[in-house]
Amino acid sequence: MISMTPRKHIPLSRTLLTPVVSIVLTVIIGAMIFGLLDYNPLSALYEFFVAPISRPDQIGDLFVKACPLIITATGLVFCYRANIWNIGAEGQLIFGAIFSGGVALAFPDWPALILMPSMVLAGMIGGIFWAMIPALLKVRFNTNEILVSLMLTYVAALSIDWLVRGPWRDPMSFGFPLTKMYSDAALIHRIEVPFVGMLGQLHWGVVGALLFACVAAFLLSRTILGFQIKVMGDAPRAGRFAGFNPHVTTIGVMAIAGGAAGLAGMVEVSASMGQLQPNVSFGYGFTAIIVAFLARLNPLGVIFAGLIVALAELGGDNAQIVLGMPKVVTGVFKGILLFMLLAGETFNRYHIQWQRTGNKLNLKEK
Amino acid sequence: MNNKIVIAVLGAAILGAVYWMTTGEKASQVVEKSDGAVKVGFVYLTTPGDHGWTYAHELGRQQVEKHFGNKVKTSYVENVPEGPDAARIIRELAKKGNSIIFTTSFGYMDPTIKVAKEFPNVKFEHISGYKRAANVATGNIRYYEGRYVQGVVAGLTTKSNKIGYLASFPIPEVIQGINAFALGLRSVNPDANLSVIWVNSWYDPVKEADAAKVHIAEGADILAQHTDSPAMLQAAEKAGVLGFGQASDMKAFAPKAQLFSSVNNWGPHYINKISKMIDGTWTTGDGPDHWAGNDWVGMSDDYLVLTPFENMSADVAKAAAKVAADIKSGNNKIFTGPIKDNTGKIRVPAGKTLNDGELFSTLNYYVEGVKGKIPG
Repeated sequence: MISMTPRKHIPLSRTLLTPVVSIVLTVIIGAMIFGLLDYNPLSALYEFFVAPISRPDQIGDLFVKACPLIITATGLVFCYRANIWNIGAEGQLIFGAIFSGGVALAFPDWPALILMPSMVLAGMIGGIFWAMIPALLKVRFNTNEILVSLMLTYVAALSIDWLVRGPWRDPMSFGFPLTKMYSDAALIHRIEVPFVGMLGQLHWGVVGALLFACVAAFLLSRTILGFQIKVMGDAPRAGRFAGFNPHVTTIGVMAIAGGAAGLAGMVEVSASMGQLQPNVSFGYGFTAIIVAFLARLNPLGVIFAGLIVALAELGGDNAQIVLGMPKVVTGVFKGILLFMLLAGETFNRYHIQWQRTGNKLNLKEK
Repeated sequence: MNNKIVIAVLGAAILGAVYWMTTGEKASQVVEKSDGAVKVGFVYLTTPGDHGWTYAHELGRQQVEKHFGNKVKTSYVENVPEGPDAARIIRELAKKGNSIIFTTSFGYMDPTIKVAKEFPNVKFEHISGYKRAANVATGNIRYYEGRYVQGVVAGLTTKSNKIGYLASFPIPEVIQGINAFALGLRSVNPDANLSVIWVNSWYDPVKEADAAKVHIAEGADILAQHTDSPAMLQAAEKAGVLGFGQASDMKAFAPKAQLFSSVNNWGPHYINKISKMIDGTWTTGDGPDHWAGNDWVGMSDDYLVLTPFENMSADVAKAAAKVAADIKSGNNKIFTGPIKDNTGKIRVPAGKTLNDGELFSTLNYYVEGVKGKIPG
């Protein structure tokens, strides 16, 4: 029988060392797998971890890849800290893309100064709208937000599918399921870094994502809102005695997570696609859940976790291009990496002991 | 003491990063040189597996390797989603020194055009789209030619006069396929009808099997598909009806049900385009027929190949072979008038043949023999 007891005191050095150990273990196991499959382990690891970030433009692309993950995961951190299990960020992200896309397609002639804020707002409203369904159902009827938010993801995916194939289809697309291209004012542009130039596809949405994570970190650690969320998550009874309303908390954190996911959808479409298509999210909403937990529900950690997950993604692609490594192998490696990081975190937080069960002990004593 | 160390390390890291960024940017714009061999990149929508669309491209790539030997080095990336990742991966292939990059799904159209602008010296070919640029060609196969032969076989073989058809999306290529099938069907059997179920996916074995079962329940005894999985043929095999395979030979999945498969044979196409690129005669295929491009060929050049005719009578096989030979030699152009739509209105007068442009721009109706109407 294994028993897990939470550690009372976790030294900072250990918290910082845990992911390092996890990554070292991943590297060792990964090297063994690559070796067994007849790839040179060292070059495989190089192509995975180093080559994808060996040029400045690739660093830009790394941040671009991490951008929707960081925004979405930051929003989810609020939910999970409050013990509200919003699994449907994917759907909320899609609805953000739909709402902001609706604005972009309806008002292509607006100047960027008006159109862009409207799209940001519309994207967040779209995400909030979709998050409010499970939130209100939970508050009113005590439904399970995990199931409702997850199932609504499929509804969202079908909604955008229908819009893009039907009413919003570009009449000039010859039946292909695409909307018109956004007007220039509706596009998030790439960043021209002074003295360096463009860094790959690095765009202003990335700056927004980093800012958002920083603001969230401040809100959670330095404001009464953050305190309320933490108390309601850790000790709801205590929270109620302190005068916090659990319903308000539920709706609040769902709105933050939904709004963030919606924003991520808006940014992703406006910066990287320029039009709506049947698929606007490629599992970002689900990957963001992993990112939030890798980050230990800390918004600043989300930035790093988002970058690590993005790196694993880029590394997988690179290993395919350079070594001809099949996607399944790169997927296994990514899985090992995430597993190790999450397991390391569990070992860090909990003291784990092998022990015989109490019952058996008792029997023997008798 | 500790703080000072942290600040020093951070400072050094930032300085290093700035130095590396300012010097590295120039290096990143230089395309990596390949070592003698011409590098060719492929972007795949799915894992090639052992059937269907991407598998056919993978067989083509293998033919390229075999044909050119050491002179050409190919690489491919599989499972590339049709979104921002596609642009990144195409760009990466260009930077890795590939001289020509084939992007093998419709959704890569805009990413291909976008990346091609950044690499004027690299050639790109987008499969199944309609946008070209100075260094972007399009490539496609006249899939509809095989479907006409399928229609003939179906018309001569069916007993219930009901044919079930699984379609993916109402895009020109698919509409051409349905209409070509119906023209073949009606050329030999004026009583047979085609009913279409839109699966709204290129590859969804569950939905495809369900749609096939609906067709069979409604009395169809022959099934055809413009989707990618062998699920329809497997359902046909189980129910004891017949059907046609798609994109690659699917006999192994339904040995008793498959009449034949229309196989996309990309090898000759890729070999042709790569040879032309090597000797400097590569073109984008742009011409008067804006949509299809000039490199649109089918059975004539063995870009579309029919597997052996099986599970049908010798007479039917003979008739089908004759029709296939006529299409191959160019005697049968398929979309030759008179063509009526399924409301009885004459759409193409006798003696006129739709040209390639019209196959994309004006063929937006079902011909006689197809039930229902095109969605959307």
